[in-house]
Amino acid sequence: MAIKTEPFVINVGPQHPSTHGVFRMRLTLDGEVIVDVEPVLGYLHRGIEKLAEGRTYTQNIPFTDRLDYLASMSNNLAYVLAVEKLAGIPVPERAEYLRVIIAELQRIASHLVGVGAFLNDCGAFMTPLLYMFREREKILDLFEMVCGQRLTYNYMRIGGVSHDIPAEFLPALDRFVTTMPGFIDEYDQLLAENEILLARAKGVGILPEELAINISASGPVLRGSGVRWDIRKADPYSVYDRLEFDIPTGSVGDCYDRYWVRIQEMRQSVRIIRQAVEQLPPGEVRTEVPHLLHPPVGEAYGHIEAPKGELGFYLVSDNSIAPYRFHVRAPTLINLTALRDMMIGWKVADAVAIFGSIDICLAEVDR
Amino acid sequence: MKFEHYGIGIAKGMALTFKHLFRKPITTQYPEERLTVSRRTRGNELVWDKERCTGCATCAKSCPEGCIEIITSRGEENNYIVDKFEVDMGRCIFCGLCVEACPFEALFMGYAYERARYRRQELVMDKEALLLSGERQPSGYARPKIEAGLPRQTLLLDRDKVKK
Repeated sequence: MAIKTEPFVINVGPQHPSTHGVFRMRLTLDGEVIVDVEPVLGYLHRGIEKLAEGRTYTQNIPFTDRLDYLASMSNNLAYVLAVEKLAGIPVPERAEYLRVIIAELQRIASHLVGVGAFLNDCGAFMTPLLYMFREREKILDLFEMVCGQRLTYNYMRIGGVSHDIPAEFLPALDRFVTTMPGFIDEYDQLLAENEILLARAKGVGILPEELAINISASGPVLRGSGVRWDIRKADPYSVYDRLEFDIPTGSVGDCYDRYWVRIQEMRQSVRIIRQAVEQLPPGEVRTEVPHLLHPPVGEAYGHIEAPKGELGFYLVSDNSIAPYRFHVRAPTLINLTALRDMMIGWKVADAVAIFGSIDICLAEVDR
Repeated sequence: MKFEHYGIGIAKGMALTFKHLFRKPITTQYPEERLTVSRRTRGNELVWDKERCTGCATCAKSCPEGCIEIITSRGEENNYIVDKFEVDMGRCIFCGLCVEACPFEALFMGYAYERARYRRQELVMDKEALLLSGERQPSGYARPKIEAGLPRQTLLLDRDKVKK
């Protein structure tokens, strides 16, 4: 006999460890089954888009660090690409290669946190996360060596990068690149065949290919659903057209596919870094750019394949020293719109896993 | 879903964690054991060179937070005299743009990193507090000459054995 019960509304967050920050979900439950999800955003809104209108183009670079703080270098890169497009500034070849190396290191670091946090949400409490933080620490060491900071790098500059790499960087990077594939195998051994993970992630939270395209999802969320779309191939920026790599894609679009795509992307990033180091030319790393940049009246959109998806900066210039309009196309905000479709029909425990598999960063969602 | 080899995946993962028992620890017991930071570290507290500074206020103009305040007056030889050079380290975001912008190399990022204070007012540093002293050493950020003289950064990578 079926027992009739009233739907029950439960708040997950904003202070909840599995929401990766200050995100709130209003779950409407029927027993343990989710019937409706309402995401509540804005707890970390700092008004960066507005703040940027009052600062010069160079002064905005440290602010882009504070969007997706797990992938600051990618944010720097997307922003400076947009400004260079707006003002028509050339970039030295060495700087382009350095940007690619740094951005790929950042992709590995971001995926390590994303995958580690997802596994944490799936119940593999802390062990995989700490194994992955060990490798992330090595990447942060490399970043510290290059730019002097471990989280908010402020490394890219309009027309290049702020400093050339120190002499001990390339040997250290070489050691990292040699050891990293072994560690990725280790993660695979740790959990890829784990029956509990398979039961909790396989077939859970399916995002169909058509829906993923319709909500304009990007990054591992889109590729997990089987769409072969990567800005690095589709609209190559920097020197990605000279480098060889594959785009890993999932088949079903469930949580496990998204996890798998991230692991494979780390392998591809190691491959890209190897090629970029081989091709790294000597020379200047920065074009001389006037202190106060006055780009011509117009608009520009610079976008890159950030670790979490397509990150774009839309800038409008009115020939003054500050952008007239500064808009961020944040990948995680748009990926988050799939949340409701993925969650409905699953249990409360799956909600945490589905949410973790999107890999969001609240600082970027709310800005 | 069908589980054909139930338990084998878990056993594999457990074997890996067991192997970890015999690895050397990679953590640092912080207050007793200290790592050397990067030569380019953007540590706390700016270091100011009184002799080199001309009071041009380029650093103040380049600061995205506007936390550097400079007041100058005219000297006898038509030069600037810096009356006030005040940095609110509580608002500083340590981006290093002021150090990069300084045309006379009179401003440096700090090399130290243990600079917590109990009151916000203690974070506002005036002319005397910003001078070079025994515990306030400059870092090599955007200053290649200083960078060359600093010790090598300790890397976690050095603790791995590289298989060739």
